[in-house]
Amino acid sequence: MTGATTDTALAPETRPLEPAAPSRRFATDALDVVVRSIVPVLLALGAGAILLLALGRNPITFYSNVWKGGIELTAWQDSAIRAAPLLLIAVGLVVVFRANIWNLGYNGQFLLGAALISGLGPHLVATEPRWLALLLLFLVAGGAGAAWTLLPALLKARYETNEIITTLMMSFIGVGVANILIKGPFQDPSVNIPQTRVLPLNKMLPSIPGTRIHVGVIVALVAALLVHYVLTRTSFGLRLQILGANPRAARHVGVKVPRLIVMSFLVSGLLVGMAAAADILGTWGYVRANWNPAYGDTVIPFVFLARLNALALIPFVVFYAVLSTGGDLATQQANLSTDFLLVLVALILLFMTVIEYLGRRRALGASYLTPGLQQALRTSRLRRKASA
Amino acid sequence: MSELLTRTFLTALISGGLIAGVSLMFTALGETISERAGVLNIGLEGMMLVGAYIGFVGAYYGHSFWVGFAAGIAGGAFASLFMVVLCVRLGLDQIVVGIAITLAGEGITSVLQDTQFGSTYPRLGAPPTVAIPLLSDIPVLGKSLFDQPLIVYLGLAAVGAVSWIFRRTNAGLNLRAAGEKPEALDAAGVSVVATRSYAALCTGAFAGLGGAYLSIVGAGTFTPFMTQGQGFMAIVIAMLARGKPLWVVMGSFLFGISLSVATALQLAGFNISTDVVNLLPFIAIMVALVAFARRSYLPPALALPYVRGAR
Repeated sequence: MTGATTDTALAPETRPLEPAAPSRRFATDALDVVVRSIVPVLLALGAGAILLLALGRNPITFYSNVWKGGIELTAWQDSAIRAAPLLLIAVGLVVVFRANIWNLGYNGQFLLGAALISGLGPHLVATEPRWLALLLLFLVAGGAGAAWTLLPALLKARYETNEIITTLMMSFIGVGVANILIKGPFQDPSVNIPQTRVLPLNKMLPSIPGTRIHVGVIVALVAALLVHYVLTRTSFGLRLQILGANPRAARHVGVKVPRLIVMSFLVSGLLVGMAAAADILGTWGYVRANWNPAYGDTVIPFVFLARLNALALIPFVVFYAVLSTGGDLATQQANLSTDFLLVLVALILLFMTVIEYLGRRRALGASYLTPGLQQALRTSRLRRKASA
Repeated sequence: MSELLTRTFLTALISGGLIAGVSLMFTALGETISERAGVLNIGLEGMMLVGAYIGFVGAYYGHSFWVGFAAGIAGGAFASLFMVVLCVRLGLDQIVVGIAITLAGEGITSVLQDTQFGSTYPRLGAPPTVAIPLLSDIPVLGKSLFDQPLIVYLGLAAVGAVSWIFRRTNAGLNLRAAGEKPEALDAAGVSVVATRSYAALCTGAFAGLGGAYLSIVGAGTFTPFMTQGQGFMAIVIAMLARGKPLWVVMGSFLFGISLSVATALQLAGFNISTDVVNLLPFIAIMVALVAFARRSYLPPALALPYVRGAR
């Protein structure tokens, strides 16, 4: 009888506690993610507003123009289209950044792919069926992007040459080669300005019925999901993660580090090249000489904000696509250079690192001692108090 | 071949090479200092641009080249302050912050130039030069080599000074230890954080001076994105020079010359696509990296934040 009462007396205390602990942890984790990812963006927008004030512009009109140009009416479709190449590049960067490899040659990889397909495109779509031509062009652009990472990848795999340097140099070379191609063999002889021949509209990527959004957007979304699956659910993803965490440990558990470096570089370049295909075949249809949208430069902060998670990247890239599409209108209305957006992006990066630091410090303070050690210290302190 | 060695060609080649080379030299020298101390400065491009812009503004409104150079130094050092606080003091990722500094430098200078000088495009006059007697009288080469603004001679002196500091002084020893084995420096009772902070500040100052040289002496004006990747080239030069200031000078002028070959060839009447020639320095760097890949040297503690007591 007494046993039964103690059981029921204990139950209300213990039972709700058991499930509460993990859910509370989940809540704080979620809060943590929100704080770490969204607060830097808000802080950057706030600092941007102060900068606008300092430049004598009205920040409220500026940001409402961003909304007007990026979301309202059918502007959201432009933003969605803008998001396609951004997302593909961002996902391509996630693959290498996870392994702590810095592929910073995305501009060269992108433009080389763009130049090749806008040069080959008009011939291919004229002779082959539309779907085959478009598929081939996607492969050409992806292949070009991947090929352009090969030298830095091999140098890093073989001699541990710093890939930041080699990819940047290859990027400059890639941009130059793209320009030479556009002004040379691929130039449209019927136009005075150096540019490639324009793809006919009915041969470009088909759009989703009822909208202007082209299929490239879907390709980008599928790529993001696929990369997320590969990185989180396959051994390749796990090996990348180990390599990123500790290259020496990776070697010890039998990961073939050189091969993995080359593989991740190639996948990254492939995705960046495909971004060029989505952009050219879906939006522009041609490339002008000296055109360099530098998508990668602006998308980098969001890769970090998404914690190198391809799935979490989607909302961030959409956010930036809206910001940049609307920003075109807003900067034009405010009579500012569009490079103001670069400042906003840099501010996001800076605030992100600061928030990261504050968060890490808080966590460091909390978990400075292991639970067992904390317990031991507490009991010893109690004992000392009792003896005194 | 004799066509190549005409006076116009050589003058254009050397004077163009010097302008690009001197700004590269300043920047790469700065990068050498911070690399040796274990701070990788990817933000060099942004610091150069900030230095170039503020230097130009200083020279334009201050009506003095020296005000301009001082302003450029201050601007570059200010930009590197972010690096010092965020990376050296707080131990945040040097590559992320470096990218941020580059982006911010590109964006802010472009916006400011657009709002301030977007419609006027002011220019500065040519800076006064100091001719070295006798040497500047050498035909053809003398005038373009030995008749330079004073800042060039000061820059060369700075290279010698840095080289001397590295090898002969305690400060240089501390600096090298901060990059090679920060634990040892800490154990010897010298603050790693302070050493690296001074190194990063010096880097910013030199990069700012390099940028200011580019805008004040080189172009006479500021245009957005005018550094065109020179900040990144400076990183490579510093890397290939393996921390030796004298090698930095040689590398800088080599790349400076390869940057000016295009304009020189055009002046000499050769019709070569500038796109092809502009690629030469980058291709040269890649060839150098492939050929000397095993011999490029970076300090072991490069780009790693120092946390006391951490293993």
